[in-house]
Amino acid sequence: MDSRITQFDELAGADGRTRAPYRKLSQWLAETPPELLASRREQAELLFRRIGITFAVYGAQEATERLIPFDILPRILARSEWATLEKGLIQRVTALNAFLADIYGAGEILRAGIVPADLVYRNPAYCPDMAGRRVPFDIYVHIAGVDIVRTDDQGFFVLEDNARTPSGVSYMLENREVMMRLFPELFALHRVAPIENYPDELLGTLRSVAPPRANGDPTVVLMTPGQYNSAFYEHSFLADKLGVELVEGRDLFVRDDVVYMRTTEGPRRVDVIYRRIDDDFLDPLCFRPDSALGVAGLMGAYQAGNVTLANAVGAGAADDKAMYTYMPDIIKFYLGEAPLLQNVPTFRCREQEALAYVLDHLDELVVKEVNGSGGYGMLVGPHATRAQIEEFRAKLKAHPQNFIAQPTLALSTCPIAMASGVAPRHVDLRPFVLQGANGARVVPGGLTRVAMTEKSLVVNSSQGGGTKDTWVIDDAWSAEEAMGQA
Amino acid sequence: MRIRIRHETTYRYAEPPRTAVQHLRLTPRNHDGQHVVDWRIDVDRDCRLVQSEDAFGNTLHRFSVDGPLESISTVVEGEVTTFDMAGVVSGAVERFPPVLFMRDTPLTTPSAAICDFARETTSKESGTLSKLHALLGAIHESLTFDAAATHSATTAAECFEHRKGVCQDFSHLFIACARGIGAPARYVSGYFLGSDDEDQVAGHAWAEAYVEDLGWVAFDPTHGVAPQENHVRVAVALDYLGAAPIRGAHSGGGGETLDVKVRVARAAAFSQSQSQSQ
Repeated sequence: MDSRITQFDELAGADGRTRAPYRKLSQWLAETPPELLASRREQAELLFRRIGITFAVYGAQEATERLIPFDILPRILARSEWATLEKGLIQRVTALNAFLADIYGAGEILRAGIVPADLVYRNPAYCPDMAGRRVPFDIYVHIAGVDIVRTDDQGFFVLEDNARTPSGVSYMLENREVMMRLFPELFALHRVAPIENYPDELLGTLRSVAPPRANGDPTVVLMTPGQYNSAFYEHSFLADKLGVELVEGRDLFVRDDVVYMRTTEGPRRVDVIYRRIDDDFLDPLCFRPDSALGVAGLMGAYQAGNVTLANAVGAGAADDKAMYTYMPDIIKFYLGEAPLLQNVPTFRCREQEALAYVLDHLDELVVKEVNGSGGYGMLVGPHATRAQIEEFRAKLKAHPQNFIAQPTLALSTCPIAMASGVAPRHVDLRPFVLQGANGARVVPGGLTRVAMTEKSLVVNSSQGGGTKDTWVIDDAWSAEEAMGQA
Repeated sequence: MRIRIRHETTYRYAEPPRTAVQHLRLTPRNHDGQHVVDWRIDVDRDCRLVQSEDAFGNTLHRFSVDGPLESISTVVEGEVTTFDMAGVVSGAVERFPPVLFMRDTPLTTPSAAICDFARETTSKESGTLSKLHALLGAIHESLTFDAAATHSATTAAECFEHRKGVCQDFSHLFIACARGIGAPARYVSGYFLGSDDEDQVAGHAWAEAYVEDLGWVAFDPTHGVAPQENHVRVAVALDYLGAAPIRGAHSGGGGETLDVKVRVARAAAFSQSQSQSQ
């Protein structure tokens, strides 16, 4: 956080008067002794340890399994705020999907000159094997995680689209469960929209895109790269909640373009694979030949229409950080609508003028690698050392097309409860958008990620960020206020 | 020229696998420079051979077989008429605009050394075509053909470091250099009619690069020539992996060994006797 910029606190508001959605929480906090908060924090820690919710950190010296820091204070959105967000998210994911159907089909947006063809065709996530193929119901992005930030109480900005295998939904669900056990009194004070139906919605989405031959009773599986993957906990958690088999590549095989799962009762035909494994590893006959995680022949079965993969192969071509900059145009092109959610203004370093500006303002900007994720390969100018800035300068000059840059946003803050008391920290939000043959939907809320260190803007769990439960509450106060005035 | 080809690939297993699946890119298609007269494909196992077209328009055959399998042998055989187009490839199936072939792949990503080499080699030339010809000559000169030096997963960068390799490596290096100087380039697998009649131990590979106003032009860096009538083009892709004649996987078993026999010969004797009898 740059101290020169006034920051927006979601509790205190811009003027220091508690914002309506937080009034009851704020009052409760004022009446609650610090010892109680401290003991609830300890209980939360214990609960998470017992659940065993951990994640692995790549690149750490020892392969560590860490507990993601959890903050016990909910992040609260009013139903009216959520309604705007929800509409915007569905619009965005609908457009992402239309874009994918187009670049793997007729390529109209390229011919119209809206998006440069080389940006699509040279994108490593663009999968030539998908060109000219149809996917069931033309749905490519079944599950999207869209990272949202805000800087004031007006609108929301999209920071990043995740159309490959977005993770974090297990934390959303676990956080809620833990919160309901810790703070029944807070839930009694608020009408919090439920999110527990997410697994049902997800399963419904997956079942809706099954090949027709499944006759309405498809076999769905969740495919994981295995226990060494950083999100393995989530994979097993979700499979459990969905009531479907958790499989690895070696549990599946393909015979004459049909996918089967090995079971104790013999082979069982598989119709839908919710795969949490990257494209590159799916099928050693099509992609990386050294992949031991995939299934030989899977792409053949997929292209023959005998199995549905979610998300579709090649969906990553839409969530590239360079493509992000074209999203407002993409939305207009396919939907004829103005985007409801703003993009963060972004410099495309592939463009000469933008590059020159970025190189001159490295100490103010956030520079991101176009294909990086999870906060790896990122420069936060205002917090970087001179050496880090120079390192990025060299990288930028060598491969400008690999980078985008954005102004350092004054991300909103939310209160967190620490040993030393309650203090504001920067947050973002990842809602999960589902898209099936039965329409698109978002469970109200998402995963709020919070930078646990003061002034830090990096909320990624791999970089020490934590999470919070996210509440969408009924705007009951507006009725109360109206009554009070009457 | 009429060229007759017979290509036999045999996988043997010390421990027989339970099942195996293979993808074959062994069937040439027509373009202005070649006409497939006849072609057949045979697998010595009971299986359903499914024919389709891959991303780049190559003919793809797929099959899966149940074991135990001691070996799998695939034979393709046929005849192709070729025409001298001075290396220009026209009338071929094109599924993508040339810019797609600017993509780097793990096998063709240029190292700093390759970039320098490409720049130095082409600095005095003007025009894409002459730059590509300069690269063709320079790669042919600076690399030694050595079948023992590399394997199928050797990258262009590794090959360039040792200056040794086989046609696959020569082609990857050419592709990396061409893309490095801004010319879209792709890998071609196929057959080459040599000057002698001996059996070959592998098919051949070369490259095509895109030249504005000319289209796709073939370059054979292993022989240092632009293909004329002696090359039969089978499959194209971003690199070897996409155009490999056979990609396979098996479950269970092990100790796989591979035996390839390729015979490429002029069908001249055949056509002469035919013309005499008319």
